[in-house]
Amino acid sequence: MIAARLAQIAITTVALSFVFFMLIGLMPGDPIDLAIAGDPRLTAEDAARLRALHGLDQPLLSRYLAWVGAVLSGNPGFSRLFAQPVAALIGPALLSTLTLLGFALGIAVIAGTALGVLAALRPRAAPAVQTLALLAQSVPGFWLGIMLIIVFAVWLGWLPAGGADGGWRGLILPVATLAFANLAAYARHAASAMASALHDPWIRSARARGASESRIAWRHAFPNAAVPVITLIGLDAGALVSGAVITEALFARPGMGKLIFDAIMGNDTNLALLALLVVAVVTMLGSLGADLAQRALDPRIR
Amino acid sequence: MRFLFLFLFVAAAALAQPRDTLTIGITQYPSTLHPNIENMAAKSYVLGFVRRPLTAYDADWSLVCLLCETLPTLENGLARLETTPDGRPGLRITMRLRAGLRWGDGTPITSEDLRFAWEAGRDPATGFGPAELYRSMYELIVIDARTVEIRVDRVTFDFASMGDFQPLPAHVERAIWQADPRAYRTRTLYDREPTNPALWSGPYRVSAVQPGQGITLERNPMWSGVAPHFRTIRIRTVENTTALEAQLLAGQVDMIAGELGLPVEQAAALERRTQGRFRVEYRAGLIYEHITPNLDNPALADRRVRQALLMAVDRQRIVDQLFGGRQTVAHSNVNPLDRMADSAVHRWPFDAARAAALLDEAGWRAGPDGIRRNAAGDRLALDLMTTAGNRSREQVQQVLAAQWRAVGVEARVRNEPPRVFFGETQRQRRNQGLSMFAWISAPESVPRSTMHSDEIPTAARNWSGQNSGGFRNAEVDELLERLPITLDTEARRPLWARLQAIYAEELPALPLWFRQDAHVWPMWLEGVRPTGHLNASPLWAEQWRAR
Repeated sequence: MIAARLAQIAITTVALSFVFFMLIGLMPGDPIDLAIAGDPRLTAEDAARLRALHGLDQPLLSRYLAWVGAVLSGNPGFSRLFAQPVAALIGPALLSTLTLLGFALGIAVIAGTALGVLAALRPRAAPAVQTLALLAQSVPGFWLGIMLIIVFAVWLGWLPAGGADGGWRGLILPVATLAFANLAAYARHAASAMASALHDPWIRSARARGASESRIAWRHAFPNAAVPVITLIGLDAGALVSGAVITEALFARPGMGKLIFDAIMGNDTNLALLALLVVAVVTMLGSLGADLAQRALDPRIR
Repeated sequence: MRFLFLFLFVAAAALAQPRDTLTIGITQYPSTLHPNIENMAAKSYVLGFVRRPLTAYDADWSLVCLLCETLPTLENGLARLETTPDGRPGLRITMRLRAGLRWGDGTPITSEDLRFAWEAGRDPATGFGPAELYRSMYELIVIDARTVEIRVDRVTFDFASMGDFQPLPAHVERAIWQADPRAYRTRTLYDREPTNPALWSGPYRVSAVQPGQGITLERNPMWSGVAPHFRTIRIRTVENTTALEAQLLAGQVDMIAGELGLPVEQAAALERRTQGRFRVEYRAGLIYEHITPNLDNPALADRRVRQALLMAVDRQRIVDQLFGGRQTVAHSNVNPLDRMADSAVHRWPFDAARAAALLDEAGWRAGPDGIRRNAAGDRLALDLMTTAGNRSREQVQQVLAAQWRAVGVEARVRNEPPRVFFGETQRQRRNQGLSMFAWISAPESVPRSTMHSDEIPTAARNWSGQNSGGFRNAEVDELLERLPITLDTEARRPLWARLQAIYAEELPALPLWFRQDAHVWPMWLEGVRPTGHLNASPLWAEQWRAR
């Protein structure tokens, strides 16, 4: 099963590379247009010469085949925006994004699930959890981020306002911003799944056998309630890698989201293409991982 | 008591410690650090600290020598009129490098470095940006280690402006270029090994690079000019201006460069809020915001309609309300601070009644829905496009649409991201209405590329050219051809005056304003002189001091 899924991922990646290349290539404008907009001294002759030099005068299909050839020979190209090999740019951006969103998602999953379970087990706490979830869902991330910066960086001066050179302290505000925004979904899913699991027949059987309430909750109900939460984590894997553009921009952090946005807007085909493919592959691997975890937790789908 | 003295001593020592690091926030990251590949404001800013061109325009918009010893003129004999081998008028220009110039690794900067830059620039495979300068320099003769003679195949008044021709370190770059000129732009040490000291000729050299995030500079020990004050300069890229302001307030950046910093309205709000914590200086610049009408549109081809559109807009009020009065209203494409600006140029006032009368005269009568129609029943409805995401321009668009509606003109806002807008939409002249954007130029820059009829993009010319409005005027064409070859400054003045008069009358573009840069400095920083053009203030960074 795993081998078949991996083969499927490989075929999908090749197909996506073609689709991405064509979509990016068909977008209006090219890098030379942007260069002309920034420098009126570029003459018509300069523009034609530069287009030929960058291969932009070639048909799209030839450019795609040339790109595939270069990738197969281990050279995915050079970034026009950063004047660096694209592979050298994606690594640090991916690491930064995984660090940021890994922590944020981890906190959101743990705190959100805990709140959801609390709401299911203690009905009197449910309104408070629902209010918190509603708040987390309705507060715009960029607004929360700005508020956190103003309070903790500008007024109190405890934490850096942004940048990637602040070490672990630089992670606190962006992680808090993202974790709060994602918490609501996990709290709601966990609450409804747990409430549903607590009404299943085997829970009644466990109670009849005299099992304690905590054993019923954590040993019997929670593993069943965790299945939809794991599905949600699998779906979030794509978002994990494609980054959070607004948070990355607001806290001036490097990351995949900002990299992809800049590459597409700046007409950096090589960079945009490789970054999008990395996101696609990780999303598919995340989905595979979630499926495997579900199979491990739920014998019915084995 | 002893502890008190100790505390006071430590505190005094801390206070007395000189500030030797300056952290600068900018909103754009340079796509390359190579001086001759691709021009962009961020690169001009960063390179200002670490390398010097032969000449530059200073803060007074005068051309000065930086690496050269004396500015060549016909009077001092360093420029001589001659005839090119193919019989055209040409020039022979002598450029002599200052004594004692060295690259960061101690190697002297010599004529060979100029020769290498010239050879690489002349080769079309190298991929340098604007190559017109290199094409015009058909011969370079090395006279001695510091002197070259450059022969150019045209005579233009700005022959001494050699800002784009700058020495490249032949001792480290020539072999890379010779190995494969087509691959030079991806193999140059400027991008592969930017911390190599041999690349830099300015008061600072690059000591660390974090792509997309920042660049750290350190004093260049081989710099032979005035010693710079700051030991380290950190340039941090924060594209979001809200985040940049937050970093300034949190003390993570000391200053925000006006060349690539906050919009004036944001800087003005920051100045009001922080009251005396920062010094904010506004500098008029050469970025010309305008609206280009597509003259293929029959309605816009009528000069009276263009004049009415301009008179229907209260530009001064927009500047006052949206930009706190911090932009300079434009009356032509020549900045009032330019030495060739004609103060007598016609100024179109805000006069909605006259605008309406002009539209009536042009055959556009008020329709039942308030929008004017011509005799054929066509509505006077125009697409108004600009770069999506540019908050200032989008706000201005709303005001323009409202003011035009008041005189019976409908403006349909249709914005696109810059890559799309400056791509096919502008390049292929697809917007049949009005396009709002900006041009940047140098002082006394002849606007041939944007006004000459030869520069109208057409399919036959593969859409090259920047006269995207499609403006044609025989007298303007002649002026644009005569201006560059008129060497005498006073003889050029009437030509410039005539060009501005035609511009104001014909309105090939509706002038809005010249943008101002807002420079935000800490109170302790001195010596920064903003220029308002692409030769950015760091070209004189050795004069920056901490109080």
